[in-house]
Amino acid sequence: MAMIEIRDLVKRFGAFTAVDGVTFNVERGTVLGFLGPNGAGKSTTMKMLTGFLTPSAGRISVCGYDVTTRSIQAKRRIGYLPEGAPAYPDMTPAEFLGFIADARSLRGKTRRVKLAEAIERIQIGPVLHQPIDTLSKGFKRRVGLAQAILHDPDVLVLDEPTDGLDPNQKFEVRKLIQDMAREKAIIISTHILEEVESVCTRALIISRGRVLAEGRPDEKNNGWWFNDLYAESGRLDAVFRKITTGAFEAPSSGVQHKIELGKTDSETGSVCNPPQQPSPARVGVSDSAAKKKKGEKA
Amino acid sequence: MSGAFTVFRRELSSYFSTPVAYIFIIIFLFLSGIFTFYIGNLFERGQADLRPFFLFHPWLYLLLIPAIAMRMWAEERKSGTIELLLTLPISLPAIAVGKFLAAWFFTIIVVSLTFPIWLTVSWLGRPDHGVIVAGYIGSFLMAGGYLAICSCLSAATKNQVIAFVIGVMVCFLFTVSGTPIVLETFASWAPSIVVDTVASFSFITRFNAITEGVIDIRDVVYFTSLIAIWLLASILVIDLKKAK
Repeated sequence: MAMIEIRDLVKRFGAFTAVDGVTFNVERGTVLGFLGPNGAGKSTTMKMLTGFLTPSAGRISVCGYDVTTRSIQAKRRIGYLPEGAPAYPDMTPAEFLGFIADARSLRGKTRRVKLAEAIERIQIGPVLHQPIDTLSKGFKRRVGLAQAILHDPDVLVLDEPTDGLDPNQKFEVRKLIQDMAREKAIIISTHILEEVESVCTRALIISRGRVLAEGRPDEKNNGWWFNDLYAESGRLDAVFRKITTGAFEAPSSGVQHKIELGKTDSETGSVCNPPQQPSPARVGVSDSAAKKKKGEKA
Repeated sequence: MSGAFTVFRRELSSYFSTPVAYIFIIIFLFLSGIFTFYIGNLFERGQADLRPFFLFHPWLYLLLIPAIAMRMWAEERKSGTIELLLTLPISLPAIAVGKFLAAWFFTIIVVSLTFPIWLTVSWLGRPDHGVIVAGYIGSFLMAGGYLAICSCLSAATKNQVIAFVIGVMVCFLFTVSGTPIVLETFASWAPSIVVDTVASFSFITRFNAITEGVIDIRDVVYFTSLIAIWLLASILVIDLKKAK
């Protein structure tokens, strides 16, 4: 059974459709990267998944519990870091985590152990008794992360978990996600494509409320496949731009598109470095049929 | 119900962790003192009771209760913590009740701090303590009514100033609906049933009846059902905003 099941999810705000028929599953052990330009519908999908917004249509279930009809059971299994990591500014992290522990019905020894684990894991010990509004952005986000993982949930939903963090903090958070990945189903939304490569086992590119492409790492090489588009390691941005700016249309009948190193901006729409080694097969976005034809000619 | 208690504790401590509680306590005690002793002429009346003290409670509440309640939901919405709160495994009614009870309990603490006035009249004369207790109960019930109204209005907006201004307006309507000016306005053209209905909404009329020492069950039912209806309305408003 998938930990998260989303079927034909729709969210309308008046005449505007923010999420338009999104369907996907997330299994245990998966870290799903949610990619998309601003306003694509990533956060709205996450808000519906966590029960903050009610869907206009469609179904969401978390660990078998429908988020709309059995919301309390579903919410017990979710840890959520909302965008911007909101927290009560007048509280200290210790008070805030204590409140979250109470809200999640953690009692006695379990409460103490879980609090100590989260504080240790997220390393917020030094600021534990300082009001949250006096903390740096990095620490505020860490406090948000600590509340999300406090009850050791099966499902983690993290909306831009590394936004505003310095490189060291980003590294720590990514490591934390990797450490937890095996026992949980994790969804993270991000603008940072290197984050997808470093922590995700799957990715969805979403734009204007629709899933445009599903990405998986290539098992043999380091790159990623987004539908039939291949992106080499460190080059996901080219594929992302192709897909989200509409330059790419969903491929049909086995035509494979491939992005490789060494193309110029005008050819791929990406910012690529000059090639280290010249290669006759360097093409930006080509289809395999054309490539085959070229080979035959040679 | 443990969820409601968790929210209650957090809310109550939030009043005291910021200057809000202390400023409110000082202003309430100062104004109620001024009204009781200078405008209500507690000493000059020569009677050992607290009628001049309770007389001004509706007018004090009219300004101060919207100030307490305006932050109840609007601040959560503004700072984004509402997203955190509503995704915790606590039902929306439990959150709304927890928040309301915290604000009500805080108001009860503030009003209870006026006990030196009670001690003063007890020292000066022999007041009817039953009437004074009834007055306090009536005051608490009326404060609950104002808070429930303002809670709903705070749920409807993320702007605290709007929540405050509209809160004052709606509370004012409930306060004055039984006064002669309002009733005469209606009496000239509306049937008597409308006039009676408008009069029955009046906080002042019902509160004054309680301060005379008669706790009529109908007045108690009025205030408790008013609280319940406005709380239900705040839950509906929040739920509607989730779907919108």
